[in-house]
Amino acid sequence: MDKSKIRNFCIVAHIDHGKSTLADRILEQTKAVPLREMENQLLDNMDLERERGITIKAHAVTLVYTAKDGQDYVFNLIDTPGHVDFNYEVSRSLAACEGAVLVVDASQGIEAQTLANTYLAVDAGLEIVPVVNKIDLISADPDRACHEIEDVIGIPAMDAPRISAKNGINIDEVMERIVSDIPAPEGDESAPLKALIFDSYYDSYRGVIVYVRVMDGVLCPGDVIRMMATGGEFQVVECGFLRATSLEPADALCAGEVGYIAASIKEVRQARVGDTVTLADRPAGEALPGYRAVQPMVFCGIYPADGAHYTDLREALEKLQLNDASLTFEPETSVALGFGFRCGFLGLLHMEIIQERLEREYNLDLITTAPSVVYKIRKTNGEEISIDNPTNYPDPSIIQSAEEPITNSHIYSPSEYVGNIMELCQERRGTFIDMKYIDTDRVDIHYELPLNEIIYDFFDALKSRTRGYASFDYELLGYRPSQLVKLDILLNGETVDALSFILHAEKAYPRARKMTEKLKDKIPRQLFEVPIQACIGGKIIARETVKALRKDVLAKCYGGDITRKKKLLEKQKEGKKRMRQLGTVEVPQEAFMAVLKLDE
Amino acid sequence: MNRHPLGLYLHVPFCAGKCPYCDFYSLPPTPELMDRYQKRMEELLLLWGRRLGRAVSTVYFGGGTPSLLGAERLSRLLEAVAKGFGLLPGAEITCEVNPGSVDRRFWGELWAGGFNRISLGMQSALPEELQLLGRRHTPEDTARAVEWARAASFGNLSLDLMLALPGSSPETLGRSIAFAAGLEPEHISAYLLKIEPGTPFARRSLALPDEDRAAEQYLFAVAELEGRGYPQYEISNFARLGRESRHNLFYWLREDYLGLGPGAHSFYGGRRFFWPRDLEGFLRGGGPQPEGEPLSSKEALEEFAMLRLRLCQGLTLEDCRKLGPEGESLFRRLSANARRCPGSCFRENSFRRVALSPEGFLVSNALLARLLDE
Repeated sequence: MDKSKIRNFCIVAHIDHGKSTLADRILEQTKAVPLREMENQLLDNMDLERERGITIKAHAVTLVYTAKDGQDYVFNLIDTPGHVDFNYEVSRSLAACEGAVLVVDASQGIEAQTLANTYLAVDAGLEIVPVVNKIDLISADPDRACHEIEDVIGIPAMDAPRISAKNGINIDEVMERIVSDIPAPEGDESAPLKALIFDSYYDSYRGVIVYVRVMDGVLCPGDVIRMMATGGEFQVVECGFLRATSLEPADALCAGEVGYIAASIKEVRQARVGDTVTLADRPAGEALPGYRAVQPMVFCGIYPADGAHYTDLREALEKLQLNDASLTFEPETSVALGFGFRCGFLGLLHMEIIQERLEREYNLDLITTAPSVVYKIRKTNGEEISIDNPTNYPDPSIIQSAEEPITNSHIYSPSEYVGNIMELCQERRGTFIDMKYIDTDRVDIHYELPLNEIIYDFFDALKSRTRGYASFDYELLGYRPSQLVKLDILLNGETVDALSFILHAEKAYPRARKMTEKLKDKIPRQLFEVPIQACIGGKIIARETVKALRKDVLAKCYGGDITRKKKLLEKQKEGKKRMRQLGTVEVPQEAFMAVLKLDE
Repeated sequence: MNRHPLGLYLHVPFCAGKCPYCDFYSLPPTPELMDRYQKRMEELLLLWGRRLGRAVSTVYFGGGTPSLLGAERLSRLLEAVAKGFGLLPGAEITCEVNPGSVDRRFWGELWAGGFNRISLGMQSALPEELQLLGRRHTPEDTARAVEWARAASFGNLSLDLMLALPGSSPETLGRSIAFAAGLEPEHISAYLLKIEPGTPFARRSLALPDEDRAAEQYLFAVAELEGRGYPQYEISNFARLGRESRHNLFYWLREDYLGLGPGAHSFYGGRRFFWPRDLEGFLRGGGPQPEGEPLSSKEALEEFAMLRLRLCQGLTLEDCRKLGPEGESLFRRLSANARRCPGSCFRENSFRRVALSPEGFLVSNALLARLLDE
């Protein structure tokens, strides 16, 4: 294939700014899919992705476009994940491209994630092709959107195509810009093979299907490949191109091309995103830059609501892990919740997605514990440990110092909400760095926020305080010393391990109060009075009491009709089954979940 | 003839109007419906009497409003009972009567017809509470009914009271109890108002006492009634010594009882069955239906325990032993579990008896679920 006719690009956009719709229009224009087969938003093929309107995994497709110059061009469209949790994956997808189509909503302008991803693209040396979408909206102000792109990103944008992806207006202009503005790939076919892995998925027949961008060299079926970071070697069974609805085998993948490899790889962990594929018998001297072993940032315990489903949960996690190398899990036991798993995630969204997929695709009823970040503790004996589970938090007397992860966070919002946002960030122990006006009434507020303040319900709080207008983006900055404490919850004098968590000392009192209040609401009155206590290192800082039950519903057994009485008793027994028995206290499952959402 | 006593319940499904809290089966009466009902019941009494071949030691006419049938019809139904089943000497024969719905003559006729016990639906001594309950009588009607019943020689009267009514307090309840006790009945039933789904009360926002206040009223009623010489013998029943309702005891002691009439429930030969709540179906000859699946021996034992524990006498090791080794192990399980419950819930928890206190009765669902734990 003539390299000069290849265009590798991605689309960068904020949620709802029309990325998927534009991708669909491009697919249509290239007749990649017969119209009748076209399901809306073809690239987002997970149900969850469609519902949430975000791309969770990267997808890619090879298309042929006949340009106005009469030539056929090969378009490799690589769709990138659209969320901060997946920044690393985004950066690897971008590294596989020469250009990025930046989609900006003509009525809303640039949002935090657009900007974050655009900067990633600029950093990766990509040519940016700005496009202003949704010009059909009454509220559209394309000129203003163009100015914003010029002001904020610093690229010329006044002549950007003004389109409506939804109504198919001016799509060909975008196609021509891709041809004219995005450079063709470079690369040396005679050099040793270097192919960048930007995604993979598990196929139960062929093993892992690895998505690659070939940078140098040529790859053919039969070659023995080596993963340069993980060291694994595999024989290529098949390689080829990614068509919209199928994989199309080919004799070779050459420098500049995007395609797939099937090499009987058993687990996606053996083909990590960002790793470099080379040939075992003629390896490249050095790997492509940018590989990073992904580190989970957020952890929580996941337990089956019914202990009998432990094995099902393990199997489901194993299956999800086949396709998700960034998910980690290991067995964990809790006195309160029984057998379950400590799971690690890239971020909160990743965690929610995994929980939702477990419940939906595997039909599991789950109890999850409060998410935790990874803390670094230095003990008095000089030993340093990382803690991702409150259960393992050492006794305060042997802690010399503690550190917590801090993020660099940017919030983009109409300026009228600045007060609310700053108040929220202040509540969340943020350090104000600066604030810039993007235009006359939109600001970029820059804070350093502790990660553990973000993972609970920061997104929701931000949304409700800005009526949904603010957008948010963060990256990990590093670790800083912090006054951390472990808060324990005691029911009837017994610590409930599943409810313990680590937090900043300043936050302990309000949170302890909220926790105990919420638990009081959620734990039904029972035969005995149930004291609920919150304590730090044995010192009680909050207390509530669930009073003893005084009265049940008493059914009459009038005329010898004892059915109602029996129904009540059956209901009681059923209800009892849904409770967790902690010592003498019966705790409904909702109680464990409810304390995770204290702001409601 | 099988001389083992049998309890008989006759459901009279007619009411002049529907009280807004009530979800028992009843319809407005017409002379034609009442005639057909009378005829069908007389047939069934003869049929079932011959089929079972057992005389009855208690008969209970409940409703609905049995007194709507009038003394003559009621007496004829009792005749059919005597003819079909036979009445054991000293049988307890009760009829529910709504105060204010009958005249003086009714009482004499009912006594003459063979009835010897009356249950009066007094509910409250406060006119405003009676009005709220949709009752069509006054406190004076109750007093007059008692007077007339006594004059007609009835020596066994029961009054019904309701606890935890909207807007009630121990003070208002105390007035009703004092009024009831002042009429010197032999027996008093006191039920906590329960809002039944589908009734008008369920759709209204009522100033109901909360859980703690309702419990307080119940405990107040128990103490108050005992103080006035009506010791408690069952969750909702109080009586002068020896005047416990023999008919109701059939239910709690899991003795055989037969219920006839639409909506009536039976327990006979270890099986539970009932007539559907459908007067037309009943009149057209519809038969009873089984109440769920036959019970396993374990379920039957648990039912036995559940019913016994409604009584103040509770469950004894001796009673359980009569049911074989399984019964004995049931008792041991209950007795052991009882030790893990608050002591205040029991009037006795010894090696030979487990019996609930009024506090225990109040939480009997939670308590039973715990006691039956395996």
